[in-house]
Amino acid sequence: MDQHLHSQDPAPEHAPAPTTREIFMGFLGLGLTSFGGALPLARRTIVDRHRWLSAAEFTDLLGLCQFLPGGNVINLSVALGMKFRGLRGALAGILGLIAGPSLVVIALGVLYEHTQNDPHIKHLFAGLAAAAAGLLVAMAVKILMPLRHDPRAATIAALGFVAIALLRFPLLPTMLVLTPLSIFVASRVERAQAADAKTDSKPRANEVSK
Amino acid sequence: MIETLIALAVIFSQLSLLAFGGGNTILPEMQRQVVEVHHWMPASEFSALFALAQAAPGPNMMVVTLVGWHVAGWAGMLVTSLAKFGPSSVVTILAMHAWNRFKDRPWRRVAQKGLVPVTAGLVAASALLIAQSSDASWLAWAITGACALLAFKTRIHPLWLLGGGALVGLVALPYV
Repeated sequence: MDQHLHSQDPAPEHAPAPTTREIFMGFLGLGLTSFGGALPLARRTIVDRHRWLSAAEFTDLLGLCQFLPGGNVINLSVALGMKFRGLRGALAGILGLIAGPSLVVIALGVLYEHTQNDPHIKHLFAGLAAAAAGLLVAMAVKILMPLRHDPRAATIAALGFVAIALLRFPLLPTMLVLTPLSIFVASRVERAQAADAKTDSKPRANEVSK
Repeated sequence: MIETLIALAVIFSQLSLLAFGGGNTILPEMQRQVVEVHHWMPASEFSALFALAQAAPGPNMMVVTLVGWHVAGWAGMLVTSLAKFGPSSVVTILAMHAWNRFKDRPWRRVAQKGLVPVTAGLVAASALLIAQSSDASWLAWAITGACALLAFKTRIHPLWLLGGGALVGLVALPYV
């Protein structure tokens, strides 16, 4: 593993493999400076500033991290640490990422507990909470918009919404039903498209058109 | 106390493994467990903690840490963080070895495509539930609507929207 450190590449696309300490410090800085979602800044930190990964490697690793459960940048900190320094690196990555924000968020929590009975502060926090809800609404709309031309996907999204938001079903059984159903539908669409592509020359009445 | 910590560990390690599509998909279940099942806090307080976490830097799941701390102090924070971030990290480490083999397989693309509508529905559910428990007055609903519109239509930094919402709340909510 160490030969990475000593390889003398004349025009390096990569910096030398980061040490455990560098991984920790890199993600510590990222955690403390990223407001409103860490992904854009993560890319800038990892690809542009430190050059730990090329743009293509970053996209590939992010693809894995988005596919798996958990926050994508949190998974990325684990994956990147693991890639360069094994388990110690993975631990350094995630601890660096969440240590700073954890302390900040608890400082805010202490402030909130000590001041929440002051009527001014109450109104201030009510306004803050309303704005935070607005950001979440905007994010939901952004994720939903691409589904509006896909009735099957929209139906599944609607089922999930009704089950969780209106019927207040627990998440585990809801996902155990909905996720396989959704993947099954996606595979049917995929197969239909593949069949369409094959039988392009002889058009047929198919169910995909509407 | 020990029972509380065990309950936190069980809830958040389950959430950790169910958080396909990121943290916002598990907010409704987190709220259901914390507010309705365990009665650790009212829904309005859960929303306030969510808002605080949004105003802090870092990954968008810091509400987890804050909930653990609020329910059971520093021990709660440690247990909750470990339960929320541990299992998904272990999955990530295990999957890294397999990733190069399966990333180009068709089933992976199908599975990823299939997860998108589920994620979309869950994030929409989060948005409704958080808005419902945040917004006790018409003015709060108006702040939510205005922030949603601005965040959707413009590229204003979210911190400005949070600050603006807090300011409007401070100045105008006493008169509503």
